[in-house]
Amino acid sequence: MTRFTPSRRALLAAAGGLGLSVGFIGRAAFADEAVGRRKLITIVARGGMDGLSVSPPVGDPDYAGLRGRIAIPAEAALKLDGTFALHPALAGVHALALKGQARIAPAIASPDRARSHFEAQDVLESGGAVVYGTASGFLNRALRAAGGRTIEALSVGATAPLILRGPVQTASWSPGAVGEGSPRLPGILADLYAGDPLLAPALASGLETEAMAATATVSQTGMGGGMAAPGQGGVAGFVRQGQATARTLGKTVAGFMTQPDGPQIVAISVDGWDTHANQGAAEGQLATRLLYLDALISGLNDGLGDSWEDTVVVVATEFGRTARINGTGGTDHGTGSTALLLGGALKPGGIIGDWPTLRSEALFENRDTRPTLDMRGLFKGVLADHLGIDRAALDSVVFPGSADVRAVAGVV
Amino acid sequence: MSAIAVTRFGLGARPGELADVAADPAGWLRGQIRPAEGADQPQAAPETAMTRLQAFREYRADVAAARREGDTADRDPVQIAARMLREGTAVDFLARARLAATTPAGFRERWTLFWANHFTVSAVKLITATVVGPFEQEAIRPHVFGRFEDLLVASTAHPAMLLYLDQAQSVGPGSPAGQFLKRRPRPALRGGINENLAREILELHTVGVDGGYSQGDVTEFARALTGWSVGGLREAPAQQGAFLFRANAHEPGARTIMGKTYRPGGLDQTGAVLKDLAVHPATARHVCTKIARHFVADDPPPSLVARLEAAWTASGGHLTRVAEALISAPEAWEPAPRKFKTPYEFLISSWRAIGGQPAAIEHLAPPLRAMGQQAFSPPSPKGWSEEAMTWAAPDAIIKRMGWSEGFSAVVAADLDPNAIAAGALGARLGEPVRKAVARAESRQEALSILLMSPEFQRR
Repeated sequence: MTRFTPSRRALLAAAGGLGLSVGFIGRAAFADEAVGRRKLITIVARGGMDGLSVSPPVGDPDYAGLRGRIAIPAEAALKLDGTFALHPALAGVHALALKGQARIAPAIASPDRARSHFEAQDVLESGGAVVYGTASGFLNRALRAAGGRTIEALSVGATAPLILRGPVQTASWSPGAVGEGSPRLPGILADLYAGDPLLAPALASGLETEAMAATATVSQTGMGGGMAAPGQGGVAGFVRQGQATARTLGKTVAGFMTQPDGPQIVAISVDGWDTHANQGAAEGQLATRLLYLDALISGLNDGLGDSWEDTVVVVATEFGRTARINGTGGTDHGTGSTALLLGGALKPGGIIGDWPTLRSEALFENRDTRPTLDMRGLFKGVLADHLGIDRAALDSVVFPGSADVRAVAGVV
Repeated sequence: MSAIAVTRFGLGARPGELADVAADPAGWLRGQIRPAEGADQPQAAPETAMTRLQAFREYRADVAAARREGDTADRDPVQIAARMLREGTAVDFLARARLAATTPAGFRERWTLFWANHFTVSAVKLITATVVGPFEQEAIRPHVFGRFEDLLVASTAHPAMLLYLDQAQSVGPGSPAGQFLKRRPRPALRGGINENLAREILELHTVGVDGGYSQGDVTEFARALTGWSVGGLREAPAQQGAFLFRANAHEPGARTIMGKTYRPGGLDQTGAVLKDLAVHPATARHVCTKIARHFVADDPPPSLVARLEAAWTASGGHLTRVAEALISAPEAWEPAPRKFKTPYEFLISSWRAIGGQPAAIEHLAPPLRAMGQQAFSPPSPKGWSEEAMTWAAPDAIIKRMGWSEGFSAVVAADLDPNAIAAGALGARLGEPVRKAVARAESRQEALSILLMSPEFQRR
């Protein structure tokens, strides 16, 4: 009774296994046509992504000693400048960096200092200065600040991430079809849900987006079959399959975005960064997550085609991890981490923000990378320069009470 | 009253249940509290966590051997692992769902599921993938109407928790084992402290993130917890896969945690910390707020939290007293349903409504995954969300609708939808839904409407 298209089915299985979820916000009515073409993709790496492995400061004299066996060896790392490199799993990102289309902010953090995943993610996604400062997501409020008239929002993934929750109803979709039940049922339910503040908008929005989702996946046919057969080649086969899936998901999301009325803003979540034990170095648990991230980004890049020139991708996490290796071959909850910026709309340049170094007196509370850049400042710069969001609104509505946090300039 | 008792406090009404409860709904709920026995056990003779962990470790040894011998064709580790996960976990999860779908004591089971979620162990980690079911049976179910302290100690000391939150390998640097390991030439084998479990006990299990602890308290608690471990393949068979206190890995010395100093004492030292955390006023506040949020509203009335807290404090954290206070609280009986069912609650209550139960894991696991609640796999130690906003995303509503239609297509043929609607919701069934069910063009459509109705989706 339920009809699935193979590619959507594959995506469902795959997205679940990778801990990936995706959300979209549709296009706002930007006055400026050029601004209306621009795209922003945020990727929230949940669990505390280890900045010192994502962009290892292999030229920092204290790095290797602090990190011990989980230090990324300088000879394996992909060199960016005299101090920084990228993790060897991020080959695609490195290729972009060589073209001036990828940059790092190596010592960035949200204003939260509690080292709790949930609190820190809430602060990052809400855009507040403190936890529970605001109940909606800053991307949702940013669209309002842009004077958005018809904002359509879509989240792909079974649960809605805070970053795009808010006063504007956001749609959501995840791979796997509705099936062909009674054509009357949606109408009957819409009547019964009338006036129900939770269910009425959710149902309406869910039904509308089914059609759009179908179009997006159909336009990407041929990629759903790209998954390796499960079980082939043991663990390495699983990793290859994960990479293929992440790349396919990236291309599918890009397919949504390049439709005439496709979403302009997308929020993706990637889980699995809480590496307390056996995180590995050039290879291992964390390297596998980074391979998936690299594949996801490369899928977005390929799928967006010419639109990549109008795109900025921000990869951010709720906090970094301890500078020292812990007793179990991993790292514990820390503070500063790395954010990645990518996209054809980026201005080339070096690292974003200052590097505090890893000297023991420079570490935050003698354990973490000291943050020198406020995450809100980075997003302010991107939202203002890339999407033309009003600066006063950024200081008050999008990031409440943040007038003292300077927008990062010269990135876009 | 009976509809609220059975749907909000319980897991949904089975046919005829509302009539049985009508005479004394509160008494029906109180009668489900079993201080001595605790919760029901889904399986009479389950595999233990110990057996499962031993099997897992043998499997790992096999993998290593296979690698050495270059012999991966016959013993593909991925396939072996996949089979272990499928079989053990599926049996546990199905048994648990069948208990929930059929129990006449729905409140007892909901109360139990709350505690299992409070002390989350998730199958997302390979080593704990097969022991979530045993963890619930062994550490949670016996203690849900006992003292909170006993539940806290049982969950903290269970191998599943020690492995899930990386405690098992944590070694005190000043302990004999730490000193010995420090001399090893390879840094990989030198060992040290892991603070994951200590932090989550404070943040999630006891005092809560606003409970007044600092990073220093987390680190001190992590030092106190060193030595709490799980027997490995080198231990005697009786210790393999079981809780093991490694005295030689325990960091020596006194510890100061949240302003109190604990004298040296190995296992007793950590026991004293857990005991104090269990009766800390911030723990009463944090956990009672969670109970109120689970049973009554995402944003629970402060007066209800205060009642639960008073019962908790007066009894020293006796969960029977807290359950009784919940049943007696007028705020818990407000007619308007404010809780949106999680996917698991939705599926279980659907089976209960028709008087059925899931026959195979294939009927459960795929829809739960599609609706965002993969079996035994909460995404983090915080457990499943209690918020309607998480579960009522547009896509999830569409998925629920699709599942309702599929479910109805299979089961509706011999049912009377009007009777099912009255039996499932009783006084909570509103006139528009009653009419829509009665006017549906087929039994299938009628049952789908009922399951997707605003009153059935909530409790």
